[in-house]
Amino acid sequence: MRCTRMPSLIQVEHLVKRYSGRRVPGSREVMSALNDVSFSLAPGRTLALVGESGSGKSTLALCLAGLERPTSGRIWFGGRDIVALDEKELRTVRPQIQLVFQDPVSSLNPRFTALEILREPLIVQRSGGRRETSESALAMLESVGLSREMASRGVGEFSGGQRQRLAIARALSLAPKLVILDEALSALDCSVQAQIANLLLELQSSFALTYLFITHDLAMAAHLGDEIAVMDRGRVVEQGVPEKILHTPEQEATRRLVAAIPGSNVTPRLPRAL
Amino acid sequence: MRFLLRRLIHAIFLLLGVSILTFLFTSLAPGDYFGEMRLNPHIAPETVTALRAQYQLNRPLPVRYWRWVKSVVHGDLGFSFSYNSPVGPLIWVRARNTLLLTVTATLLTWGLALPLGVWSAERLGRLPDTVISWAMAGLLVVPDLLIALGLLLFAARSGWFPTGGLASVGFESLSPLDKLRDLALHMILPVVVLVLTALPLVVRHVRAAMAGVLDAPFLRAARGHGIRRYRLLYRYALPAAANPLISLFGFSIGALLSSSLLVEVIMSWPGMGPLLVEAILARDLYVVIGGVLLSTLFLVAGNFGADLLLYWADPRIRTEPEAK
Repeated sequence: MRCTRMPSLIQVEHLVKRYSGRRVPGSREVMSALNDVSFSLAPGRTLALVGESGSGKSTLALCLAGLERPTSGRIWFGGRDIVALDEKELRTVRPQIQLVFQDPVSSLNPRFTALEILREPLIVQRSGGRRETSESALAMLESVGLSREMASRGVGEFSGGQRQRLAIARALSLAPKLVILDEALSALDCSVQAQIANLLLELQSSFALTYLFITHDLAMAAHLGDEIAVMDRGRVVEQGVPEKILHTPEQEATRRLVAAIPGSNVTPRLPRAL
Repeated sequence: MRFLLRRLIHAIFLLLGVSILTFLFTSLAPGDYFGEMRLNPHIAPETVTALRAQYQLNRPLPVRYWRWVKSVVHGDLGFSFSYNSPVGPLIWVRARNTLLLTVTATLLTWGLALPLGVWSAERLGRLPDTVISWAMAGLLVVPDLLIALGLLLFAARSGWFPTGGLASVGFESLSPLDKLRDLALHMILPVVVLVLTALPLVVRHVRAAMAGVLDAPFLRAARGHGIRRYRLLYRYALPAAANPLISLFGFSIGALLSSSLLVEVIMSWPGMGPLLVEAILARDLYVVIGGVLLSTLFLVAGNFGADLLLYWADPRIRTEPEAK
């Protein structure tokens, strides 16, 4: 069934991911990380996916990026179900879906310079010779607010915020359509968070990007997302525009997340003394 | 460069220290090369005393040490009582035979262990990994002595391989090509034993080091770019996992002269092993000291080589010492 109700960039249908507990021999323990997840995302929009730890957000990100195989379900992207693709066909889709990870330290190869990090995806996808890849890597460096002079620096010489800019630049260097930001702001401190959030908005309009913004921070989700989907125990339990989610949450999981926003007046008071 | 110089000075002091200690310990043990002659009623005690004087064994320890150091500078490394010749050339021939065996075995070991370990780590917990892990555990628990004896038994029964030695009778009259074939045939069994005993350790280290990095987010990112498996494993993961392996390789180099001693004795390979065993039993003092010193030299050189390799392989080490 090919769905064409609306022009969506990516459409997820009944996605299920189970991990079997193979660690203990003989045990049939099965962990359902994703339990029938469906949603669709229109081009140029941002869907913010919120949920508590362990609700399946990151598993979803890995499945969408083709880094984990879903147990069942479909992911329609560019007219094809990428779940059904083999590794070779998947390789042609991979550049269009890119990931930015939470930790900007471990997600960058510590042996590479900034330039090497940005050139590597281009080399991997065989797009252009040495000069071309270097030139577009340098241009990408500038478009995330870093200077060309930093290109020869090792990863260790960048600050946390700069590293995350680098990780974003790397994701963008293949000109993807969908960028999955898996807790991409969570490891940064507040002021840097705001800068990177604004950078993401700028980049979205200049490169016509579609974002799947994964976070546990409902306030940031409301800031960046056109729409918010709330996940709980492997399901999307509630989906809607930020105003609705924030002001009239229907589900218990959503209410917990709203309550966790600092300064929200529904925060339950904690006892002063412990 | 200062780093290299410092390491070099360390090495010289280490060698000096080891030589002094071996000298001390060997002289602490009672008796010497001429001890047994005293028990022989046909040899007059005066003769033994004269012999000891001739070889300077009656002089005080510091004097003997100083004379030995001078002979090391000349390349003689002291004098062997049983071979009645300087130790240097004697050891050199034997060391060459040992190195022929161990260098071949070490290269083979690493050549096999790297792909096996990488494969094992990539399929962590799945069938190839399980099979490799069990096989390596099996090899680890079988003593190398047993492997060697088993192979010797096999060689003797089948007659396919020579059961010992380095060359056949009449080796000198063979054509160069036949000489090579003969040598290779003699090398096979000892090399197989050495590879089988060294392999488990290296495979397990490669596997552990690779398994540690394969999960890293930067490798996930690379997979997300659509990187090919081979490039991911050998350009990304292996360099990131290389540092402990390079140190281990340094130990492999350091053990080149000592790892095969037992196998050489069993398979009567004319290397350092039989020479040292005989020398120890006969209290042929300077041969023992020479052997220990040469092994130490290799150990130091191996570590030094590993440091150089690390310096070359890891850009982070290259930049850090400047900041100090």
